[in-house]
Amino acid sequence: MRGILTVFVKEFLENLRDRRTLLAALVLGPIFGPLLLAGLLQFMMQRGEASLDKPIKIAVVHAERAPNLLLYLAARGIEPVAETLDEAEARKAVLAKRHAAVLWIPEEFAARLAEARPAPVRLYTDASDEIRGREVSRRVQRVIDGYAQEISRSRLLLRGIDPLVTLPIVVQPVDVSTPASRASMLLGIMSYFVIFAMLAGGMYLAIDSTAGERERGSLEALLTMPLPRAHLIYGKILATCAYMFIALVLTVTACALTLQVTRLEEFGMSASLGPGETLATILLVAPLIPLAAALLTAVASYTRSFREAQSYLSFVIAVPTLPLAFIGLIGLSPSPLVMAVPSLGQHFLMMNILRGELPQLTEVALSAGTSLALGAMLVWFIGKRYEREAILG
Amino acid sequence: MIEARDLAKRYGRLVAVRELSLRADDGRITGLLGPNGAGKSTTLRMLCTVITPDGGEAFIDGESILRAPLAARRRMGVLAHSAGLYPNLTAAENITYFGRLHGMPARDCARRVAELAELLELGDFLDRRAKGFSQGQRLKTALARALVHAPRNLILDEPTNGLDVMAVRSLRQLLGRLRDEGHCILFSSHVMQEVALLCDEVVVIARGTVVAAGTPAALRTRAAEESLEDAFVKLIGSSEGLS
Repeated sequence: MRGILTVFVKEFLENLRDRRTLLAALVLGPIFGPLLLAGLLQFMMQRGEASLDKPIKIAVVHAERAPNLLLYLAARGIEPVAETLDEAEARKAVLAKRHAAVLWIPEEFAARLAEARPAPVRLYTDASDEIRGREVSRRVQRVIDGYAQEISRSRLLLRGIDPLVTLPIVVQPVDVSTPASRASMLLGIMSYFVIFAMLAGGMYLAIDSTAGERERGSLEALLTMPLPRAHLIYGKILATCAYMFIALVLTVTACALTLQVTRLEEFGMSASLGPGETLATILLVAPLIPLAAALLTAVASYTRSFREAQSYLSFVIAVPTLPLAFIGLIGLSPSPLVMAVPSLGQHFLMMNILRGELPQLTEVALSAGTSLALGAMLVWFIGKRYEREAILG
Repeated sequence: MIEARDLAKRYGRLVAVRELSLRADDGRITGLLGPNGAGKSTTLRMLCTVITPDGGEAFIDGESILRAPLAARRRMGVLAHSAGLYPNLTAAENITYFGRLHGMPARDCARRVAELAELLELGDFLDRRAKGFSQGQRLKTALARALVHAPRNLILDEPTNGLDVMAVRSLRQLLGRLRDEGHCILFSSHVMQEVALLCDEVVVIARGTVVAAGTPAALRTRAAEESLEDAFVKLIGSSEGLS
C-alpha cells in the first residue's frame, strides 16, 4: 500500500512540472468548454434572430410590376430593395451573400393576377445557408402566401362564396417543449465535452508513466525496487485518475459558470447548474474515471514510444466520447442496458441533472456499478501484465 | 554475496545465457568481462530480478531471486544499463523517490541524500532538474539512487559507458572505497584495461557461459600469457567485440 502511495505522489508531483500534462489537464477543459458553449449559443442566437419579426431586407427585381405585394411585404417586416439584375446576376448576388434573397417579378405578373390565373413570382435563395437562407426563404414565402390568401378570399367573396369553405381542416399546434428540453442539444454537447476533457486530462500522464518511463530508460531501475510490479502500475493509474478528476472538476465548474453568466432564459432555454447540480454532475461522472485511466494506461503500455502512444490514445479517447455526439441523432433513450454502458450511462445521468430532474437511484447504481467493476477488472489485468517481462519492450 | 547457479535464458531460439555459474564475494570487486553480445547484460538483469531465468537459480546474500525476489531486491543496489532519470525531478528527488520505494522514512532519505551528495560530489547539481544533466552527472545521480538504501551488494551494468576520463577515475575510486567498506560489487564491462585495473576477481564470459574465472594473476598463469590482454583473447578464443 505504501509503495502504491509513493508512486502516486511522485507521478502526481512530477507531472505538475510537465507543461504538456498541465495544459491537457488544467487548461484545455476550462478554456475550451466555455468557448464551445459560447459558440453554440451564438449559433442558436443567429438562427433565432431570422425567425423573429426583425425587419429583413430582400432585393426585388422589377418592383414596379407588383407595388401592392411589396407594400404588403414591407408592412410585415420584409423591406424590399429595388435592384436591376438579370437572371445570372440574381443567382450570383444570393450565392455571394450580397442579398439573403432576391424576389423576381415577371412581366406577366399583373396581367395574370387580373385574369385570376396563377401569377408567378420567382424567389432566389440559398438553401445550403442553414441560418439565413432557409429562414429568410421560409419567412418570405409565408408572407406571400398570406397575401395570396387575402386575394383568394376576396375573389370568393366577390362570387358570393364563404371563404371558409376552402378551410376544411385547421391544425392547431401545441408546443409542449419546456425551456429545459429546448436546451437539450446544448446540454448534450456540453456532456460530450465534459467527458472528452476528462479523458484528455489524464492522457499525457498515462503515456508518460508507461511508454515514457520505458523510453527514458528509468523503467528497469524502477523494477528493481522491492515492491510487487503491479503496485507500481496501480500507483501510476491512481495518478492518472487524479488528473482526470481535476480536469473533470475544472471543466464542469467552468461550464456551470458560463451558463450562469449567459442566462439561458433569454434564449428561451434553461439549464440548472447551480453549486448542487455541479457537485452532483461531478459525482455521477467520476465512477467512469478508473476505467478510463486504466484503458489509457493499458493501451499506452502496449506501445513502443511516447509518440506512438500519443497517436494511439487520440483514437482511444474517441471511443467512449464519439458515440455521445451521435446520441441525439439516433434517438437513443436511456434503458437499463444503455445505462450500464460506460460513458453512455454517465451522459444520460448528466443530462438528467442538467434538465433539473432527479436521476433514479437504480440508474445511478447501474451506471456507477458497471463502470467501477469494469475499471477494477482492467486495472487487475494491467497489474498482471506488468508482472511479465514483455513490458520491458 | 552474489551467487548464480546454472542460469539459463533464451529469447525464442536464441540462447542468450546457458549453464552460467558465478560467485561474487563481499569485500571484492568482481568484473564480468566479455565481448558485446556474450550475455553480460542478460546475466545481470536476471540477477537483479528484472527478467526471470528459464533455468538455474541465484542468491543475493542467500535470498533466492526466484522464491524471494523482494527480499533479494532489498539487498542490492542496481545501476541498470540505461541509467534513466526522471527529467522533471531534481537529482535529490530522483534519489529520494527510490529511498521511499525502499520503505525509508522521509527523514532517513534526506540524511542519506546528504551523505551521498558528499560521497559522490553531487553538490552543484543536487537541486537541479535532471533534464539537462551531462552523462557524468546522470551516472552519479543514478549511482546515488542505487546506493540510497545502503545495500551490501551493488550490481552495475557497463557503468563506464560514455564517461570521460575524469569521471571514470572518480568512479573507480568510489568502487574501491565501497569494496574496502566490505561491499560486494559486481560489474560488467567489455573494456579490458578497466577490468584489469579495478577487479579483484574476473569472470570471463563468451557465448553465454563462463569460460574462465579467477584473479587477474591466476588467469594470466592459466593462459600462460605475460599480459592480461593476451590471456583474455586466448580464453575467449577471439578478440572480436573487446576493446
